[in-house]
Amino acid sequence: MNDLGFPILSLMLAVPMAAAIACLFVSANTARWLALIATLVDLALGIVLWMNFDIGGAQWQFVERAALFDRFSWALGIDGIALMLIMLSVFLMPICIGASWEAIQTRVGEYMAAFLLMEVLMIGVFAAQDIFLFYIFFEAGLIPMYLIIGIWGGANRIYASYKFFLYTLLGSVLMLIAMFWMVNEAGTSDIPTLMAYDFPLEAQSWLWLAFFASFAVKMPMWPVHTWLPDAHVQAPTAGSVILAGVLLKMGGYGFIRFSLPMFPDASVDYIWLVFALSMVAVVYTSLIALVQSDMKKLIAYSSVAHMAIVTVGLFAFNRQGLEGALVVMLSHGLVSGALFLCVGVIYDRLHTREIDRYGGLSINMPRYALLFLLFTMASIGLPGTSGFVGEFLSLVGVYEVSSWVAIVSTTGIILGAAYMLYLYRRVAYGVIKSDDVAAMPDLTKREIALLLPIAIVVLWMGVYPESFMAPMRKDVGALEARLASAKPVGDAQVKLGATPVLSPAAHAEEGHH
Amino acid sequence: MNYALWFQLASPEILLSASGLVVLLIAAWGGVQSLRLVSILTVTALFGALALSLNFLFDPAFAEGADAFYGQYRMDRFASLSKVLVFLSAIGCIIVAPKFFARGNMMRPEYPVLILFATIGMGLMVSAVDLLTLYIGLEMQSLAAYVLASFLRSDDRSAEAGLKYFVLGALASGILLFGMSLLYGFTGTTSFIGIQTAFGDGVSTGALFGIVFVLSGLAFKISAVPFHMWTPDVYEGAPTPVTTFFATAPKVAALALTMRVAIEAFGGQQAVWQQIVIFVALASIILGAAGAIGQTNIKRLLAYSSINNVGFMLIGLACGTPEGASAMMTYLIIYVAMTLGSFVCVLDLNDRNGAPVEDIGKLAGLSRTRPGLAAALAVFMFSLAGIPPLFGFWGKFVVFDAAVAAGLIPLAAIGIAASVIGAFYYLKVIKVMYFDEPADVIAPSDSPARMTLVLMTALFCSPLGYFATLALSPVTAGAAKALFWSA
Repeated sequence: MNDLGFPILSLMLAVPMAAAIACLFVSANTARWLALIATLVDLALGIVLWMNFDIGGAQWQFVERAALFDRFSWALGIDGIALMLIMLSVFLMPICIGASWEAIQTRVGEYMAAFLLMEVLMIGVFAAQDIFLFYIFFEAGLIPMYLIIGIWGGANRIYASYKFFLYTLLGSVLMLIAMFWMVNEAGTSDIPTLMAYDFPLEAQSWLWLAFFASFAVKMPMWPVHTWLPDAHVQAPTAGSVILAGVLLKMGGYGFIRFSLPMFPDASVDYIWLVFALSMVAVVYTSLIALVQSDMKKLIAYSSVAHMAIVTVGLFAFNRQGLEGALVVMLSHGLVSGALFLCVGVIYDRLHTREIDRYGGLSINMPRYALLFLLFTMASIGLPGTSGFVGEFLSLVGVYEVSSWVAIVSTTGIILGAAYMLYLYRRVAYGVIKSDDVAAMPDLTKREIALLLPIAIVVLWMGVYPESFMAPMRKDVGALEARLASAKPVGDAQVKLGATPVLSPAAHAEEGHH
Repeated sequence: MNYALWFQLASPEILLSASGLVVLLIAAWGGVQSLRLVSILTVTALFGALALSLNFLFDPAFAEGADAFYGQYRMDRFASLSKVLVFLSAIGCIIVAPKFFARGNMMRPEYPVLILFATIGMGLMVSAVDLLTLYIGLEMQSLAAYVLASFLRSDDRSAEAGLKYFVLGALASGILLFGMSLLYGFTGTTSFIGIQTAFGDGVSTGALFGIVFVLSGLAFKISAVPFHMWTPDVYEGAPTPVTTFFATAPKVAALALTMRVAIEAFGGQQAVWQQIVIFVALASIILGAAGAIGQTNIKRLLAYSSINNVGFMLIGLACGTPEGASAMMTYLIIYVAMTLGSFVCVLDLNDRNGAPVEDIGKLAGLSRTRPGLAAALAVFMFSLAGIPPLFGFWGKFVVFDAAVAAGLIPLAAIGIAASVIGAFYYLKVIKVMYFDEPADVIAPSDSPARMTLVLMTALFCSPLGYFATLALSPVTAGAAKALFWSA
């Protein structure tokens, strides 16, 4: 149990679960309110969680354990990284419910139930402290998302839902086999213990690959990213928000929680693979994003590029890289979610995602244009927005390891500016081309209420990232210490006079001169 | 020699046999009017046998198990657990039948009687520790099953299913008997333990042929690839309550029998049969999954699904370890619940004239016309596909865990990757029910009994099932331990 005197993490899982079941049996409007209230209660609980999180205290807090099952237990607990990702999930959920308030008119109860179930599973993934419990939550997310895309999706929803399901399932199953092996070897399914266990070197390589298959698909990394544009385009707006905002983060979280601390040596061995795929992804998907005519597809490809910055940062093996990757994950969760909401706003009015159909929206929708601009800039990584902090740190981190990777990844930022500004110009600037566009009303109060909180947090994270980085600092430190023995020697070494702050390797070299 | 103890050990079968003779007489003289009485008596007898088996399963006095009738018959926890599953399935299949056969007025009191006799055969099968008991049990079950398959005498498909089942079943029995005769010839004994002892100094070529033939005959009975061809046709053609029966009780009995033969009789020569089992397991998983993709009839689809699931269970056997056997029993328990549930759902799919609907396309939009049934069927489908958090995942979990622990990592990796193929067709059913526009052919349910059964099995297959794992695992582990008593 914890200082609060009640099992807060289980409660955060129970509230949406109960609401999900209730939603199936009530009328459409009741379901909407029920879902909103449940997600807001969870947000409130999340804030309580954050307030009571002891920064710099024990690594695992709010730990709960109950031997409810055979071979694995109901073990929950969070560190700072999990805390931040849980906050992201509970913050986005009420917004998703709000975004579906009017857009979803059919089978509302089931829709809300699917979203609430999704929330349970997302929190479960980040809070699980048992490797099998994690797997169950991780995989179970496929079911509600499959239904969300398949029932409430666009014209080509069936294909997209199948592709999403089978792709991610195929990626994950081998991870389960690897988990069995690890638990047999280490004799425990407790994640913190496994994180400190040194697996034999020859096995690490296979285990790493099995986990990589899963997380690379989830992330998604090039070339297994192709399910993402399809899923995004076909999913309803809120589905895209949750997909981009939280589900993609599960891949990054998996790398941080499993691949890096459990197999540090294999992680170094395969650093070339991660870097190569990430570099291709940054450049290739950015170029693809440039030529998209569908807004959602463009943002989906930009997600792949941003996630590549995350993997590059994670595999930099240093504090800047790891913290940068985490901030990119949080920032991307907010910004891409907000961008999908922005697309949803105009889609609800004109029912098309064709970029060419729009134009000149800043004339008749000034408030919309302003918020859209803010999120566009945050996606590009303008200083002062959340995007800048994360991308800057990631790239600084990776520069220490490899100049080439840093250079190629940075072109992604430039290309990112190109496709996002190009998108913004086509949608918001220019003249209004048709009457139906001219007739589009500006943001309603509900829409402002959805976008404004995200805008505030984006700016907050951009101006004072310390609030978000402080809880994670100690955990990143622990991870860095775990990786220290395997750390690769970078190609950027301090040669002259300066204080040797970068890496122990650089320090050692300094000593020889 | 202790006849009292022997009769006590065999009490479930003795009770069933005695009641079987009584209900047979009632049915013969009472005619169609006696249907209700016969059904009630049969179910009561099965519940009695169930209680006796449960007692053996949990009574510490019988923890070690015991032989009866000069080493012909063995009562141990493994046999008792299998019998519990068999009896439960049989009860379910009797309860759901009358409504189905009421249409066309085809319900006869012979139905419960035949199920009862098949069940006695299955009880013998899982308790057999001698090739002869094995064969008698198997044939007793099979003969009843052939008749059951063609129970709808006037229906062409049913008659065809019965004939096919009989011809192929007879062939398989022949193969099995030939294998047994080879084993007897080369080892000089028909008892499992005797064969194991005889194999202590290695297996001669003739005996090896015997092993292969016996396993082939058994593979037919559990409808494992490459002896699976009869399954889709028989499952499709047989009346749905009978199909439900075929997919559950005899499957349990035949799998349990296969386990006992492999582990007790051929226990010392694991290397010999392990590769056969691995091949059969993988082939069943892959062909079962691939074959199901093109199916449009839900009963055929479930037939392929059962082939696929047998493949997963055989992975547990391939391990050749107590953990593997325990995993297989766990999977079997979950499989029975999933299969029983899905078939009862299928039984409840009737159009407005009361005619059964088997075409998957006609389930379109079922989630809107019959949300409860669609949700239950979705639970069974996701569960059969092994997607967490549904309980079907637990079966795959324990089986693959055992395979990894036994060092069969490539087998586990290929098997689990192939399970993704299977997920495709289960998703198809869910897609039709949830994503497509309602076709509105399915009428509301008229049977509370079916709905209760669906609800019970669906709750077991839902994530709530995990709360049963703590209670279930010691039972399956105890059953598995009983199998390895001689090792």
